[in-house]
Amino acid sequence: MNLSLLVLVPLVTAFAIIPCKGIKQVRAMSLLGALIQLALGITLLIFYWQERGAGNTAVMLFESNYSWFKPLNINYHIGVDGISIAMILLTSFVVVAGILVSWSIETPVRPVIRAGMGKEFFFLLLFLSVGAYGFFISLDLFTMFFFLEVSVIPKFLLIGIWGSGKKEYSAMKLALMLMAGSAFVLVGLLGLYFNTDTGYGSHTFDLLLIPEKDVGLGIGAQNLFFPFLFVGFGIFSALFPFHTWVPDGHSSAPTAASMFLAGISMKLGGYGCLRVATFLMPGAAVQYAWIIILLSTIAIIYGAFATLMQKDLKYINAYSSISHCGFVLLGIGMLTQTAITGAVMQMVSHGLMTALFFAAIGMIYNRTHTRMVAQLGGLLKVMPFISTVFVIAGLCSLGLPGTSGFVAEMTVFIGSWQNTNAFYRIATILACASIVVTTVYVLRAVGQAIMGPIDSARYNNLTDGTWNERLAASILIIGIMAIGTAPFWLHNLLAPGVETIIQQVEGIIKVKEVKLW
Amino acid sequence: MVNGILALLKQELLLSVIIIVLLIIKISADEWKTSNLLNVINLLLLINFSAGFVLNLEGSLFNGMFNTNKLIILEKNILNLATLIISLQSFNWLKEHKHVIEFYVLMLCTLLGMFFMISSGNLLSFYVGLELSSIPLAAMANFDLARRQSSEAAFKLIISSAFSSALLLFGISLMYGATGSLDFEIIRQQLNGSSMQLFAFILLLSGFAFKISVVPFHLWTADVYEGAPVAVTSYLSVVSKASIFFVFVPVLYTVFKSLAGSWYLMLVVLSILTMVIGNLFAIRQNNLKRLLAFSSISQVGFILVGISGSSQAGSASVIYFVLIYTLSNLGAFGVISFISALTGKESIDDYKGLYTTNPLLSWVLAIALFSLAGIPPTAGFFGKFFLLMAGAGGGHYELIVIAAINMVVALYYYLRVIKAIFMESNEHPIEKLKISPLPRLAMLLCASGIIVTGFIGWLYDYIFSLSTRF
Repeated sequence: MNLSLLVLVPLVTAFAIIPCKGIKQVRAMSLLGALIQLALGITLLIFYWQERGAGNTAVMLFESNYSWFKPLNINYHIGVDGISIAMILLTSFVVVAGILVSWSIETPVRPVIRAGMGKEFFFLLLFLSVGAYGFFISLDLFTMFFFLEVSVIPKFLLIGIWGSGKKEYSAMKLALMLMAGSAFVLVGLLGLYFNTDTGYGSHTFDLLLIPEKDVGLGIGAQNLFFPFLFVGFGIFSALFPFHTWVPDGHSSAPTAASMFLAGISMKLGGYGCLRVATFLMPGAAVQYAWIIILLSTIAIIYGAFATLMQKDLKYINAYSSISHCGFVLLGIGMLTQTAITGAVMQMVSHGLMTALFFAAIGMIYNRTHTRMVAQLGGLLKVMPFISTVFVIAGLCSLGLPGTSGFVAEMTVFIGSWQNTNAFYRIATILACASIVVTTVYVLRAVGQAIMGPIDSARYNNLTDGTWNERLAASILIIGIMAIGTAPFWLHNLLAPGVETIIQQVEGIIKVKEVKLW
Repeated sequence: MVNGILALLKQELLLSVIIIVLLIIKISADEWKTSNLLNVINLLLLINFSAGFVLNLEGSLFNGMFNTNKLIILEKNILNLATLIISLQSFNWLKEHKHVIEFYVLMLCTLLGMFFMISSGNLLSFYVGLELSSIPLAAMANFDLARRQSSEAAFKLIISSAFSSALLLFGISLMYGATGSLDFEIIRQQLNGSSMQLFAFILLLSGFAFKISVVPFHLWTADVYEGAPVAVTSYLSVVSKASIFFVFVPVLYTVFKSLAGSWYLMLVVLSILTMVIGNLFAIRQNNLKRLLAFSSISQVGFILVGISGSSQAGSASVIYFVLIYTLSNLGAFGVISFISALTGKESIDDYKGLYTTNPLLSWVLAIALFSLAGIPPTAGFFGKFFLLMAGAGGGHYELIVIAAINMVVALYYYLRVIKAIFMESNEHPIEKLKISPLPRLAMLLCASGIIVTGFIGWLYDYIFSLSTRF
């Protein structure tokens, strides 16, 4: 299977909507492109199983490698393993749902929405997804960085033009913070590049070559450049204390953009932390593990408590994203096979769950014109479908068994507990405890906004979800349930990829017993 | 022999022929309609540009005072392209102007000077070329004859370039005293790092720094850029600067290679100062021309990062970046020049809500600004990345960290413009403008160049392979 299709399909779709006339053609074309992409993603999964079933044990499958800037050893090198496939599937689910949710983007709900700019909206959405797909299939760090930055500016425009509230401020803050993250990554990548050695004084950006013996970095260089890469990618993934763009960005963004931001963009960071920082610099990852764990535990607890204080549904979900993405970084920092598997599962699970959450909030907001928990109430009676969606998203967020949230968080906790050190144990216990707080804010939001008496008479005539909204929510719920009820397929999908990473790390740990305290 | 001279000097000769043709046209120009005249001139410039791609020979003339090779021809082609684009863009402005031919004669004279300067193998021919390229510029800056600001700009330009020429001349004479020759090759052999030579080198460097407006030699830039007509501003900020870089880089890498230990640190300090101060001033600007003036100062800082890499990669990345910078800056100036010629509006506040009335102009400006900020998929990303990569090859990561932070700061003020165009509304937005074909062509050239250049890897390979001589 030619992986370049994954980048080409959304790109071609984005440019195909330019000559389209009228919003109907535009959104039909976008949906078509997104569905083709979803089909491609599922085909990729099947092909992958076939290859692995046939006994192919290569680290990456479906590789192709073209020279791009020859004198600098920069290639367009792509390939996938289980982790990337999981992320690609997540992206294609969220993109389809996002496009379906934006179906009525041109119908002005409030004066701030620009009429007649639907084409630009879908163009930017698709362009954003090009960045995400490209990032997940890249095996060359330059290509990867290229796609990482491709996805920043569409977010700025999406939030700034179609957002609500203090949208310009949030858009600017998000763009600058993410670009600061990219700047860190840039320095880290250049340091990485110039410390590799492929013979005759030449260097490489190739993700598969660097871990090889005698090519990769010495421990000194690793210790110097690991923080740049980890913090850089960490900013994308709401690493404490660089998380401040998350609440503003998410809550000002239009629904689809929030879904993309939380569902896809934040995962770019987690994936980068794992695939680039940890995989290529295992020595430094072991050294700095305690800082990562400390920061992610703070993020988990801080995020959870900050959510308790929020009154706006979008802010609730945004702050809870900080807490949930903390689990991803915690899992990576724990450096055991189970914990890293859990971290990747949490990325997929959180991506689906938070997209569903934002979709439900968007639907509620489009009808009631408020996102304040206190002003809502009794929605279950008026719009049962949307309310159910909201409840499912909430339950997944608090980790109810049967949903993907449970599977992912449980795996992270078990993996973390495998470290016998007291520091690791305390961090794990604290992280576990945050689930109680999660339960409080989720159930409180559900209780006040969804259950109870109908808050205002004007809510009585609200309509329930339209076909596109139902379809969008169903797709995401299918994803959540497919992981929640049968987690083994995801686990098996991720296992070989995680094993490759953990082998790097264990090589280091065996050489030198880590003493943290 | 004659054929050899003709072939090696073909670009310079062609340019001279065009200048003479223009002067002849001038005699009968009263009967010509200005727009026809402009079409003819643009056609001549197009021929001039295309001629750069045929019959390319390498060699040297006049005892090594004039050299040419593939890299130099490529550099001249970049300058020709930029001149052509600027000429297309200023169509609307020149259409109303009485002295079209004088403008072009002056512009092509400076271009001729730059060609000789790039090709020079001797400090004397270099200096003559430089003077030919800088004195007519002052006259060009004064071309908005009715505006006092324009003559103020011209005055500032002529004084500062006279000052920098004086510095250069002082440096050249000291260099002659220290080495006994003006020839680059002999100077290279005679350099031994004595304090007199170092002093001469610093004077030369300051002279260069003036021309490319490196902080602290930048003070003339913003005022001149703001006062001069937009076409001249873009010519100053793109063609004039690019030509200096084209001669600065090889001179630094070959002639003064043995002083590298001394100039490396100077470059690093200058580069940091230029990036930081350029950016800090750009943040506060409300006039787009001033904004772009300061942004172009900070871009020069980035180019210096690349030069400090001091290797084949350094030279290649600088030339590659200059090409991209040319397209991006001209894209931005093109839109601004067009709007300024038709409405006279130049401040960011005037651009609020531009997208609702002029989507095409908005996208071209946005693409150009993203490229200047170094955002993919525009070419600016590749240019910046390779510059920083060349700099990192020198091993000084502090410089790279500072440059990376500056990229974020720079993004802020570019996004301010984007924000005004796309997100903010205005009671009196700029009305819908009709874009005449020539400026439209220029904008499309820039926009497509910005999008395509980064992806064609062989272009960089080609420049890299030509840079082997360092």
